[in-house]
Amino acid sequence: MKTTVFLGIAASACLMAGAASAGTLDDVKQAGELKCGVTTGLAGFAAPDSNGVWQGFDVDYCRAVAAAVLGDPTKVKFVPTTGQTRFTALASGEVDMLARNTTWTFSRDVDLKFTFVGINYYDGQGFMVPKKLGVSSAKELDGATVCIQTGTTTELNLADYFKANNMKYEPVPIETNAEAQQQFLAGACDVYTTDRSGLAATRATFAKPDDYVVLPEVISKEPLGPLVRQGDDQWADVVRWVSNALVEGEDLGITSANIEELSKGTNNPEINRILGTDPGFGKMLGLDEQWAKRAIAANGNYGEIFAANLGESTPIGLSRGLNALWTQGGLQYSPPFR
Amino acid sequence: MADVTTPPKDVFRLSMLIYDTRYRSLTIQAIFMILLMAGAAWLVDNTIHNLHALGKDFNYSFLWSRAGYDINQHFIEYNNDDTHGRAMLVGLMNTLFIALISCALATVFGVVAGVLRLSNNWIVRKLMSIYIEAFRNIPLLIWILVIFAVMTEAMPAPSAFRGENPTSSMWFGAVAVTNRGVYFPEPLFSRSLGNIDLGIFYVSTDLIAILIVLAASIYAYRRLGRHAEKVQNATGVRPVTWWKSALILIAPVLVLLIALGFHLGYPALKGFNFQGGIQARNSLIALWLALSIYTGAFIAEIVRAGIQAISRGQSEAAFALGLRPSRTMNLVILPQALRVIIPPMISEYLNITKNTSLAIAVGYMDLRATLGGITLNQTGRELEAMLLMMGIYLAISLIISGVMNLYNRSVKLKER
Repeated sequence: MKTTVFLGIAASACLMAGAASAGTLDDVKQAGELKCGVTTGLAGFAAPDSNGVWQGFDVDYCRAVAAAVLGDPTKVKFVPTTGQTRFTALASGEVDMLARNTTWTFSRDVDLKFTFVGINYYDGQGFMVPKKLGVSSAKELDGATVCIQTGTTTELNLADYFKANNMKYEPVPIETNAEAQQQFLAGACDVYTTDRSGLAATRATFAKPDDYVVLPEVISKEPLGPLVRQGDDQWADVVRWVSNALVEGEDLGITSANIEELSKGTNNPEINRILGTDPGFGKMLGLDEQWAKRAIAANGNYGEIFAANLGESTPIGLSRGLNALWTQGGLQYSPPFR
Repeated sequence: MADVTTPPKDVFRLSMLIYDTRYRSLTIQAIFMILLMAGAAWLVDNTIHNLHALGKDFNYSFLWSRAGYDINQHFIEYNNDDTHGRAMLVGLMNTLFIALISCALATVFGVVAGVLRLSNNWIVRKLMSIYIEAFRNIPLLIWILVIFAVMTEAMPAPSAFRGENPTSSMWFGAVAVTNRGVYFPEPLFSRSLGNIDLGIFYVSTDLIAILIVLAASIYAYRRLGRHAEKVQNATGVRPVTWWKSALILIAPVLVLLIALGFHLGYPALKGFNFQGGIQARNSLIALWLALSIYTGAFIAEIVRAGIQAISRGQSEAAFALGLRPSRTMNLVILPQALRVIIPPMISEYLNITKNTSLAIAVGYMDLRATLGGITLNQTGRELEAMLLMMGIYLAISLIISGVMNLYNRSVKLKER
């Protein structure tokens, strides 16, 4: 008798657990807070500023999703994750989404059971060395000591690159970007390798950034983007279309400055559909009609977010490059809102 | 009166399970057992259910797929084309290695500090107290990070050894201390006997030959000692053996080394780093020193307790017989103290072994960093990797404690 009751409770607990993981959108709405996994600190992408407020490119994505779903871009709980802990954090439900410059790969998508909702930054792996080393190409790095964040795709690319070029290296595995920075500046490794955006961001925080160079070689494709757990298509759709709205916003010229005016109605039907002046899309997504308007209003469109966190006017100083809109020779392209 | 003496009927009622002391303990045990089993069943069921909900299965086939990452310190042949299973093995050997050398050094630190803490010299005694209290009261991880930071920040980079007028130079022209680790000369054999392939790894025949010769020498040395004792017992005069024992111990190994063409390979600065020689990486050194010094402080207290457990009469008796203090310690006190010291020592060795898993903090590639770190991350097999890792640590700990218990049995007081 006792056991059956107990097993009954256990079974219902399991069912409840199953039900809880079914609707992330409802969970987020109920909690009134979006739990967003970010890096432990990478300037430009996600790092707390001097007031302890998280700032950065990935952070703005979290805020845009929170604005769309909860109506308030500040209702985000940022969960710092390392390269090692991020997937476990997402799979276990500790975070609702990851915006943690994570590379979209086959095995992560298929085998680790995640859904990448898009690519918000087209990146590639590069190498940074001190200028005084006198190295001008990655091909000259035979025998070098390389600092590398463990648990990342860069670790595997590095092994492949040195093998393909018949070179040897000494890996120094490191847990976070901050540790890597300390090791690299102390000269404990000759080279630091990670995504080129990360290298630029890290270099910008150095006391003397000009003493270091990022080598020209790009040894891999690193499409970075937000991801969610597989099997919750509704939630994946929400995050995917919030990202798309940011890109489409730039494409259509919707900025944080003119969004109020445009939402009063324009003669461009697509703008009207996105901003909810012409209703319908919000309901399909399980949100209200103002979702995309709030998402874009939170931090601006894709171009504004890029310029504010990574662009040429910031210390990180990245050019748009591949991340320019498709109309300007880049790869950023949103499926139509139709 | 008659009804009082009537024996109670032996009827079993359900309430007796609780109110009758004959059954109560059984009832409680049964209920507890059922709860325990149900708890276990729930855990397993929950796991299966949630794995299913995530669309994941449970299998270890990833251990046979290509690892794709490199490991800087490997005692067996390894490159990124090898399997995750082999990477795990490399990590396991790194774990065992650091545990072994840390246990050894911690024992040295502990015994020395423990004995010196009882010294009659005030300064020595107080210095040891400071060492013990400082090191065992600050978390181990902080010591590891501190030593690692000192090694990387304070030591010169390899490039400082370069040029006409280098700012740093090697010790004795053979040992280079850099911010990437310490480079030692390595033993090389120009007429090497080659390696034996054991399937999983290679074993150097040279090493085996040296070990065999060394074992034979020690056996012969023991025989010599026993012979000298016999002569001493018979005639009262101990024959002079020191040159014979020196010859027996050193000459055969020396001859073998010359025959194998033994020479040292010195590290030399080439390209970015020192090449050749043996590199003890900073991560290894930081972990080794921190583990040893930290655990040494605990062992010192165990040793002190063991020594103080021996009654004062023992040392007084030894002094009365005319034994010098050092011999009193070695022959009278320590052998008796050992039986008090060894049981808690086992726990300290187990602690060291388990604490090696802090290695990831400084990037030492132990079992936690390979199987529980990179492999887990690249394959996404959290449950499998964690369970396997737990099993391995458990097995290592049980083996250590088993071996130490055997040793304990051999030194404990033999009661007749």
